[in-house]
Amino acid sequence: MKSRILIVEPSEMILHGLTAMLKDLNYKVLEPRRTAATLDNDLSVLRPEILIINPTLCAAPMQLAQGRSMKVAALVYQYIEQSILNQYDAIIDVRDSANVIESRLVQLLSQPAVNHDKKTENYDLTKRETAVLVEVAKGLTNKEIADALNLSVHTVISHRKNIMHKTGIKSVAGLTVYAMLNNLID
Amino acid sequence: MKNFFFNKQVKLCDVITSYPYLLHTLPRFNISLGFGNKTINEVCVANGVDPDFFLLVCNVYAFDNYLPSAQELTTVDMSQLVPYLEKSHRYYLDKRLPHITHHLERIASQLTDTRAGKAIMMFIGVYREEVEAHFGHEEKHVYEHLKKLLEGKPDRSYSIDTFIDSHGNLQEKLEDLTQIIFKYLPQQLSAEDDAIEVAFDILQLSSDLKKHSLIEEKIMVPYVKQLERSVK
Repeated sequence: MKSRILIVEPSEMILHGLTAMLKDLNYKVLEPRRTAATLDNDLSVLRPEILIINPTLCAAPMQLAQGRSMKVAALVYQYIEQSILNQYDAIIDVRDSANVIESRLVQLLSQPAVNHDKKTENYDLTKRETAVLVEVAKGLTNKEIADALNLSVHTVISHRKNIMHKTGIKSVAGLTVYAMLNNLID
Repeated sequence: MKNFFFNKQVKLCDVITSYPYLLHTLPRFNISLGFGNKTINEVCVANGVDPDFFLLVCNVYAFDNYLPSAQELTTVDMSQLVPYLEKSHRYYLDKRLPHITHHLERIASQLTDTRAGKAIMMFIGVYREEVEAHFGHEEKHVYEHLKKLLEGKPDRSYSIDTFIDSHGNLQEKLEDLTQIIFKYLPQQLSAEDDAIEVAFDILQLSSDLKKHSLIEEKIMVPYVKQLERSVK
């Protein structure tokens, strides 16, 4: 049986190219979407086995997959933060050859269906999060941290959210104690 | 529904046995232990406490979903509300926080990294200042406002709505502290007994503070609103 794939991608050129490649590889490509506006409903109706989506359209791929036996792959052709890409089951790069894409999809489908509700989260801070934490502990504002680490304020805020979630500590004073106890500050 | 809550004819010892946390409230009413088998009504009368007010506080303290009716708030003698709240403040500042700080000092002194110890002491020091500022503001503005309303000399420049909008939560930072103690203290810490004890102390202070703010939000706020309306 051919696997059902739904593509969500705003660029017509990329959409057509990928659709043609996947059809050549004998996949059943569902009527593609250009935006994620009706995605939740589309997924319930179309029930694809694989969703290939432009990560700029999707904030929380794991949430989409929740309660569905579906894999979510990111379709990447620009710079996307690694922390965002980590949330996807696979990455399809626009520079990949048909062979590479096929091997990714085969691998993806052979993976056991993970229950995303119970998927064990990684509670270790990433390098970037640690760097942000150190600046937070020094008492810097989001803007100052953004400047110091050459990030956008938005990214700093998103790192801070992850730090709070992972450590369970919300206040700056508490995070400072955490940083000290973990020898993060010299 | 009303029957689920306490009433004046119940023995105080039975109430305390079922809800031991209510022990916290007794010193705030100047009720000492050794009350035998007296009912709530008898104990209150003997100690010069209005039994209805005592019940109101106990019910809010023990039952999270208890919400006093507007009628209850008008009939109960509320003259002891501010003294009760102020006594709670003193208890947190003069007893609980010094006790917790003392435990933390012992833990901090046994950490190999002295900076981590200093950060912990800094945390509790700053927290104390925040609590003092929070309580100080309430005593100076909110309780004072209520006292003036009761004296019939309302200060119309202040409204309880200001309090509702700005009433901060003092428990959140304590949660950070318990998380640090549970998860991030170095293992094989020689002060482990201290750490476990202080964790219980913090959890208890946190739940007591939550009850304290429920008393403010469920009794004081609606009561002051009533008074504000009546003097308009």
